[in-house]
Amino acid sequence: MSVLPNQQEQITADTFLRGLWQENPVFVMLLGLCPVLAVTNSTMNAIAMGLATTFVLVASSTLVSLLRKAIPKQVRIATYIIIIATFVTMVDYLIQAISLDLYNALGAFIQLIVANCVILGRAEAYASKQKVGAAVVNAFGMGAGFTIALLCLGTVRELLGAGTILGFQIFSANFEPWVVMILPPGGFFVLGAWLLLFEYLKQRKERKLPNAEGATS
Amino acid sequence: MDPNSLIFIFLNAALINNFVLALFLGLCPFLGVSAKRETAWNMGLATMFVMLVSSVSAYGINWLLKELDIEFLRLICYIAVIASAVQLVEMTVKKFSPSLFRAQGIFLPLITTNCAILGLALFQTFREYNFLQSLAFSIGAGVGFTIALMLMAGLREKLELAKVPSVSQGAAMSLMLAGLLSLAFMRFAGLGGSHA
Repeated sequence: MSVLPNQQEQITADTFLRGLWQENPVFVMLLGLCPVLAVTNSTMNAIAMGLATTFVLVASSTLVSLLRKAIPKQVRIATYIIIIATFVTMVDYLIQAISLDLYNALGAFIQLIVANCVILGRAEAYASKQKVGAAVVNAFGMGAGFTIALLCLGTVRELLGAGTILGFQIFSANFEPWVVMILPPGGFFVLGAWLLLFEYLKQRKERKLPNAEGATS
Repeated sequence: MDPNSLIFIFLNAALINNFVLALFLGLCPFLGVSAKRETAWNMGLATMFVMLVSSVSAYGINWLLKELDIEFLRLICYIAVIASAVQLVEMTVKKFSPSLFRAQGIFLPLITTNCAILGLALFQTFREYNFLQSLAFSIGAGVGFTIALMLMAGLREKLELAKVPSVSQGAAMSLMLAGLLSLAFMRFAGLGGSHA
């Protein structure tokens, strides 16, 4: 599935879908974990963080891809970082203008999108080698995969930790919230549990595969 | 304890609001280089040094930007300074200990995108620490990061010898361990001032 360096990739459905599943930045590549764990104590925060990161990812991938022939190789990382920081500053002021409550809830983590390795990783490994179209589609896929991962954690943690989803009461009033889930340890436990689930599914699939081949031949 | 005293700021950054286990900053190196105690220790030292340098620089930059009234450039300036500081450390390590340079691998240049360092610079700006307080804060954060990394490395070295179910090998087990460590560190909130 991986693209060889210096090879232009044709835009296919796979360019987008790869980010959702096979190369999911959080569950498969374990990149950008800091915001994933830090802001997912409620579903709303998770959505906002996902959208902000997707915007920065797409915008910086586009620019890096457009400038890929103009950027000298020696200073490329510094250049990428500056490009990313510019877009993050934009998002930072944008969120502050839209909703101050959300801005305060996310805190420093909006500005810390700069240090999200998913974005720098995409710029270095993909956008700097591909045409603009492919880079944008791939960035959207990665962004979507990142947002879905945030949602997976956010909903579980909010449901167990407060008994609500997006502020709506799901469990009855008798439900005793597992406060630990919205505290820092909960983030580690929930992500660990998701990884266990995916690993289990993967191993089950691998076990089934040789059996199925044996049956058909 | 007075929340602005130097000793409190130090303890707060090192234990109560430990950067890795309570604030989720710098998880990539935490999970990436915590397999062996020796590499963990060196990574901790390198990170501590970069933290100190970037904290002092961030203090100066913030003052300058305030004077010039161009504070919207803060983020861009901070990240540029951190990237240069990391480059410095990388060159030093490469010169004096090539074997260490190879052991750290990709994680040495990746200190640039270690959010613990950028987070440190941003937090000290938000909380309007003066110079000495910034210094105490950065040393505390560095010590806290190293403690977390060393604890994790010790646990993982022991875990190598244990028999665990095949599904839980690798990242999942590390995260569960980190969760338990984080649970233990939450008790330091008893020292006072849980969320600063």
